[in-house]
Amino acid sequence: MNMTDLATQIYEVAIDISLVLLGLAFLLTTFRIVRGPTLPDRVLGLDMLTSVAIGFIAIIGIDTGYTLYVDIAIALGLVGFLATVAFARFILARGRTEEDQLKDLPFKNPNEQGQAIPKTERRS
Amino acid sequence: MTALFYLVESALVLIGSTFIALAALGVVRLPDVYTRMHSASKAGSVGSGLILLALALNSEALPETLRALAAIFFFLLTAPISAHLLAKASYTVGYSMWPGSVLDEMPEVKATTRRSDTPPTSPDEMSDHAAGETVSRRSERRPRIRWSEIRRT
Repeated sequence: MNMTDLATQIYEVAIDISLVLLGLAFLLTTFRIVRGPTLPDRVLGLDMLTSVAIGFIAIIGIDTGYTLYVDIAIALGLVGFLATVAFARFILARGRTEEDQLKDLPFKNPNEQGQAIPKTERRS
Repeated sequence: MTALFYLVESALVLIGSTFIALAALGVVRLPDVYTRMHSASKAGSVGSGLILLALALNSEALPETLRALAAIFFFLLTAPISAHLLAKASYTVGYSMWPGSVLDEMPEVKATTRRSDTPPTSPDEMSDHAAGETVSRRSERRPRIRWSEIRRT
């Protein structure tokens, strides 16, 4: 076995491992989006998902040599950036956190006694 | 020479995907929005940048390499801006930090965006400068002196 064969085998194993790692990252980020207690957490998860997807596209391009999708990666980055900016403006325009909304409820919050919504100390 | 290229590419791909996986782990494990943002925007963009760099090394044709490099440049340009906007928006609105945080040097931020992008309809809204404040701050602000009232008295 010469040097090039060994390098090619290492390269294929590296691509497989990185695909597994990216899939793991995708799952963890999706968990944060579903779970995320507040809106900024979910927006952050979406921003993270676009970067994971760009990594996926790049690895598929390396693996198959089909690099047409790099254009789509660029467009995806642009769309993700614009979505994050729009969501940030929306958070700013809404002007209230989830705790404020719970405080404004006309009835008593049923989650007060349970630990479903963790109470954190508010910034003064 | 090709062996060296293969080894460098596999190292870049492995390091990049490890960065992305660690960033996702940080997004899950860290306690509040700001620390999660620190994990996601820094480690995540470095990871995608490294994988795109491996793609740029891999492709033979020059336009593909240039496209991958443009993607890296663009991604590194936009990621800090979006993270900054999101962090500033959530801090301004008042999302609480982790109770174990020790230092908060940011002064109280006044929101300066308008509530919506629709142009002001009533003349009262047009003259009242407070249209540029968010809903929660609007109840707290002190009463303003209006020029029309001064002229009347």
